Amino acid sequence: MSDYRVSHLAALEAEAIFIFREVAATCQRPVLLFSGGKDSIVMLHLAQKAFAPAPIPFPVMHVDTGQNFDEVIDFRDRRVAQTGVQLLVASVQDAIDRGLVTEPPNGTRNRIQTPVLLEAAEKYQFDALFGGARRDEEKARAKERIFSFRDDFGQWDPKQQRPELWSLYNGRVHPGEQIRVFPLSNWTELDVWRYIGDQGIELPPVYFAAEREVVDRGGMLFAVNRFIRPKDGEAVFTEKIRYRTVGDATLTAGVRSEATTVAQIIAEVAATRITERGATRGDDKTSEAAMEDRKREGYF
Amino acid sequence: MTQAATAAPEALPEASELLRFATAGSVDDGKSTLIGRLLFDTKTLFDDQWDAVEAVSAGRGDEYTDLALLTDGLRSEREQGITIDVAYRYFATPERKFIIADTPGHIQYTRNMVTGASTADLAMILVDARKGLVEQSRRHAFLCSLLRVPHMVLCVNKMDLVGYDEETFKRIEQEFTAFATKLEIPDLMIIPISALKGDNVVSRSENMPWYQGPSLLHHLEKVHIASDRNLVDVRFPVQQVIRPHSNDNHDYRGYAGQVASGVMKPGDDVMVLPSGFTTKIASIETADGQLAEAFPPLSVTVRLEDELDVSRGDMLCRPNNQPRVTQDVEAMVCWMDEQRPLRLRGKYAIKHTTADVRAIVKDIQYQLDINTLHRDESVEELKLNEIGRVTLRTTKPLLCDDYRRNRATGGFIIIDESDNRTVGAGIIV
Ligand SMILES: Nc1nc2c(ncn2[C@@H]2O[C@H](COP(=O)(O)OP(=O)(O)OP(=O)(O)O)[C@@H](O)[C@H]2O)c(=O)[nH]1
Ligand SMILES: [Mg+2]
Repeated sequence: MSDYRVSHLAALEAEAIFIFREVAATCQRPVLLFSGGKDSIVMLHLAQKAFAPAPIPFPVMHVDTGQNFDEVIDFRDRRVAQTGVQLLVASVQDAIDRGLVTEPPNGTRNRIQTPVLLEAAEKYQFDALFGGARRDEEKARAKERIFSFRDDFGQWDPKQQRPELWSLYNGRVHPGEQIRVFPLSNWTELDVWRYIGDQGIELPPVYFAAEREVVDRGGMLFAVNRFIRPKDGEAVFTEKIRYRTVGDATLTAGVRSEATTVAQIIAEVAATRITERGATRGDDKTSEAAMEDRKREGYF
Repeated sequence: MTQAATAAPEALPEASELLRFATAGSVDDGKSTLIGRLLFDTKTLFDDQWDAVEAVSAGRGDEYTDLALLTDGLRSEREQGITIDVAYRYFATPERKFIIADTPGHIQYTRNMVTGASTADLAMILVDARKGLVEQSRRHAFLCSLLRVPHMVLCVNKMDLVGYDEETFKRIEQEFTAFATKLEIPDLMIIPISALKGDNVVSRSENMPWYQGPSLLHHLEKVHIASDRNLVDVRFPVQQVIRPHSNDNHDYRGYAGQVASGVMKPGDDVMVLPSGFTTKIASIETADGQLAEAFPPLSVTVRLEDELDVSRGDMLCRPNNQPRVTQDVEAMVCWMDEQRPLRLRGKYAIKHTTADVRAIVKDIQYQLDINTLHRDESVEELKLNEIGRVTLRTTKPLLCDDYRRNRATGGFIIIDESDNRTVGAGIIV
């Protein structure tokens, strides 16, 4: 280290830790959105490092669509127990039962997560919500600030973003408003995997390739499970797949893979020609500006 | 499209250096197209991203695929064909990892350009070879020099539209060099390119044999940035105090922060400001263990030998090398608010390092005309996108340095307390 050079992963880690500490020191009630997916797992790991040897000074929250991979929920609960952090669950099923939102006809609950998230934020009076979104994921995300202001309705206004100079983040809000904070903004998918490998971070088994029973829908491979039932006449076959993202289990497809270790995944990710959302998410394909529209409504 | 010339990112070594760069220049000079070209030619683009952009372009009836669509991701940007806010994109070569901020050229969105340039190691200013320097090119070059972006590249773009003419290039080069002598630009490189066709972007162009310099990418890979950090003046703004309140760590007390500048080592004498007490560094810690030294941009926790009263907003430095401690701040201010101007005697909140203070505007000494660099001393306010020299009086002392010596302790933001918006940026002089 004598020439004071810092690798890009070390620089990204230092930036994320700085962001966690800024929020903890200046916001009243932060919360970290934790789904059990790889980006939120990396966030939780960084949050632990930011405050060590003290515990993480805020709770984590899962907006639970009720349509998750079982392995991911098991992992979530185990990881939370290890960390000793408080877990809050905002349940979409519960919100449907109460009539806050209605189940969309296509059965996917991605969009109705937003009112549930906003209701929970209001109930607990969260003023800063950490999300694991990265700018390399999607073109609207590429435009968003690290500290992203949301109004009383949780809405993002892409034409009125606060200027964000140097590392002087403005997290001030009035009651009812929020800041969404993205500590992994500048990380790419490859950076996340390299960091997972470097730090020996544990992940749910769905991220690693295994023989799974799948159906092919429009070129995407969906593993058969509680949520994905083969339709009449649909062929079920066995394929070695892994997941690049783990979103809603009704929407998230796997990719053919031989990678059973992080090192093998890194090699595959480095060589892939398709974005992680493009390869695995049904939800972003609906329209050209699907993500921007959802963000304007208060989505992460 | 031309064939990609460099290696794909899989060759990226584990410990590669990070270079942040921002585009700048007037509307339509080709900034977003250039970024699209860099991403395309370095094989950074994924097939589905490219397919999506091709489809949009074809749907609009473009003659060729509009590379700018790769960064212009907002609905209104695509409708208007301009960039409105910064897009951040990423790519890597075997040499380096790059963070790109593609900024808007439109004057209305200058604040977004400033956002992108504030953290850049290098600014890429584009001019259209057919038009030469326009007011907005000068404004952006000036802002980059004010923000002390350490390296600048002037890209004379759209060379394909002037027949790759050397004379045109030379004329713009001379005009810019003359203007640049009035600014502080430590490192300047001038490259003739065509963002659209790819000339001199990733590899040297055969269309301009008269140009002997490196391609843009080659320059980005090689430009020396390791010395840009200030490793001399120890400045450690305290973010928060880490106190575990657990039996194992009962007496633990550490000061968390990111090293702003300088190199810190256990055993070093340090002074805590503003109190002025001195002690020694007991240890420098991270979650992974103790460090023998800490330097920018590492985030660490510093423990001191004596129990002193230290809290957020305080700063550690060396007793023989201290920042200024002052409530009277002289700064160049770039105003970024369209709703209300900066007013004489106006009161604002200031965020400087990890300190939050309030300030009153004591004096607006002059407003600067960016074209002529003429000073207008008659002004009573600064409006959107105006830059002026301002005197502030703060409620508590700032622990600061001249921005030119220290970007981290010399910059601040101005916040409107009524609605919490960031309305200005200040550079301490
Ligand atoms: N012929 C030619 N056209 C170019 C070149 N570079 C850009 N253009 C065209 O110039 C137009 C504007 O390009 P953009 O990349 O959107 O310009 P910009 O600088 O990003 O504009 P703003 O972000 O709105 O300030 C587009 O139609 C491009 O195709 C070039 O090298 N040669
Ligand atoms: Mg543009």
